[in-house]
Parts: sequence; structure tokens; C-alpha cells
Amino acid sequence: MNSLGELERSVMDLLWASAESLSAYDLQAALASSEASGRELAATTVLTVLSRLEKKNYVVRERDVRPHRYRAASVRAEHMADLMHEVLGGASDRTAVLERFVGQVSNEEAETLRRILAGR
Amino acid sequence: MVAAAIILGAIAILLAWPVPAILPGARWAYKRPTLGLLVWQLVALVGGFSMIGSLVLLGAATFASDLPDAATGMWRFVTHNELPEGSSVWSLLALSGALFLTVHLLLNLLVTFVYAERERARHSQLITLLSEPMTDRPGTRLIDTPAPVAYCLPGALTSVTVLSAGLIALLDEEELRAVVEHERAHVRLRHDIVLIFFTAWKASLPWLPTARNASREVALLLEMHADDNALKDVSRGSLARAITVVAEGGALPQRSELSAAMPESTPKELRARLLRLA
Repeated sequence: MNSLGELERSVMDLLWASAESLSAYDLQAALASSEASGRELAATTVLTVLSRLEKKNYVVRERDVRPHRYRAASVRAEHMADLMHEVLGGASDRTAVLERFVGQVSNEEAETLRRILAGR
Repeated sequence: MVAAAIILGAIAILLAWPVPAILPGARWAYKRPTLGLLVWQLVALVGGFSMIGSLVLLGAATFASDLPDAATGMWRFVTHNELPEGSSVWSLLALSGALFLTVHLLLNLLVTFVYAERERARHSQLITLLSEPMTDRPGTRLIDTPAPVAYCLPGALTSVTVLSAGLIALLDEEELRAVVEHERAHVRLRHDIVLIFFTAWKASLPWLPTARNASREVALLLEMHADDNALKDVSRGSLARAITVVAEGGALPQRSELSAAMPESTPKELRARLLRLA
């Protein structure tokens, strides 16, 4: 994960936290104040990051005002839900796996398992 | 030629059906996953080559007595559009079958590879935006979700291990190290590549139930292989507890997004993984 990725994350965090759409200059100022060193990023860098995010459908650009304003395409929780769905494979009741598993082991195996799980 | 074709064909049939039907669950493979994985890769590779090879030999048998002869005959057909002496519609059928099978297998591999890579890139982007790097663990990112989740995202240059806040809350220090070492092993040993080949095999021959068994069993052996690597650093008890916690609340440490709809681990697979730690 490169620094460009981290910059994308900072921009998305700001957009997710903001109730209204922001211009590139708003974002530039907000990024500078959050940066410990107070170092200001070039406006072109912020615009590059925004156009990358727009291309990947994370950000929507409002073109009817000048300068263009940007907002998050969907809320953070929605992306998080997508991610979890991908990782967990969509199974709704995961504990069922373990319950079925416990139901399947024989007494002898259960004893072995208890021993393994207790071992340090 | 015909005898050789029949022998190769017999090998192909053996490796396509009875062998992959018997292999899953073999104790020796669970004891030594590296050996098990080697055998599975040989079965797939030799099976594929003998299937194609037997068709080529069968097709060439009517017009050639040895391989160079067969190659000359086929070359003349391609360059001069001239059917070799003695060839029949059957030789043409067998040869085009071999060609079709070769192209089909290679194309499926390519498609599986491209698809997996696109999924990986998309997932990697999502992870960049939703998780933050852990300062005390290089190459590891923390995702703020209560579900106990751990997985690795292999990449060409940088690989990332993702841990969830829920997992960290549930595991002690050594159990957490077990999870991290397990995931690192997947990345270091390039398990994703092995899995892609078997996923492609399954995609190419969906009518062959054994191809499906094979990719599941190989995925399980890869988990065991990674478990063994984690055991170099942590105790069996810690690893077993970590496996149980992750199975309870999340996926087994498995790159489900890469294996293209690899279903979650079944109780039977979970039992096999835990019992071998005894």
C-alpha cells in the first residue's frame, strides 16, 4: 500500500465525515490541518487523487458549480458491508459451522480436541 | 501407436476419476501437506497431458507409425492442406479433440487468472480505503469491524495481512501470532498461485466431480501447510484455539475473494485441521 493509497484514504475519510460536498480546495485545507507538519499538498495532487477515486466510483463530482464539488458515492458502512460480504463469503450464520462441527465429533475425538485446545 | 494411445488414455481416465476420488482425506497427505500438494499437482498435470496425448496418438495412429511421422503428416495438413495417406474422419476427430482440449484448458487458465487479478485489485483498493496500517506490525492492516476476520491479500510486489479489531479482542498475543504467521505462510509460499491452477481446472471441467473435489482438497491442504508453518512459532494449543475462533466468527483464513466462490470450510474440514494438531 503506497502513500498515494494513504492519501486516497485521507480524502475518503474527509468526504465520509462531511455532511455536504467539498471542493478540492476545502479538501486541500483540511488535509493540511490534519497533517502533523502542516505541510500543504499541491492542489493538483488533490485533484489527481479525486479523479482516481471518481474513476473507481468512490466519489461523485458535482459539475454544476465552479469549482467542482465532490462527495462520497456511498457511506462508509456500505463499503464495509461489501468488504465483509466478500471476505466471509456471504454465509449469514457462521456459528452454525462450529455447532454442526461439535455435533459431528465422536466422544474420543472430543477428548482429543479438548486436550489440543487446552494445550499451551 | 494405438497401444501407446490406449495406455495414455487409461492413465488419463485413472487420474481423472478414481484417483482424485480416493485421494481426499488421505491420512498421509494430512500428516505431510507438502507431499499431498505435490501429489495433487502431479495428478492434475499428468492427467491433463495424458488426456491430450492419448487423443493425439489415437488420431495419428491411422496414418503414422511413429511420432516424427505423425508430426510430418500433421504439418503437411496445416501447410499444404493435404490429408495424410490413410487418415480417416476418426483421426481428424481425435486430433481436433486434442486441439480443442488444449485451447480450452489454456483459455480457462487465462480467464481465471485475469478474473482473480481484477478481483484482487478491486479488493485491495477497498482495503486501502477502509483499513489503516498497524504501526507495530509491518505489512499488516487493521480493519475496524467486530467480526473476527483474518486473511491475506497476495500481491505481485506487496502482500498485505488484514486483521480485524474483533479478532484482536478475542485472541491473546500468541494466538494472534499464530494467525499472522499462518497468513504470512500463505503469502510467502505463494499458495494463491497453486489455488488458481486448481480453480481453473475446476472451471474447465465442471462436469467432472473430481475436479471440484480436487480444488476443495487442495485448499484444505494449503491451510494445513500454512498451519504447519505457523507451528514453528507458536504452540499447538494456541493455533488450535485461533483456528476455532476464526471459524466461529468469520471465514477460515482463506482468500475467498481469490478462489472464486470457494465455499466456507465445512465442519469436516475443520475437524481434519484440528485433529492433526494432536
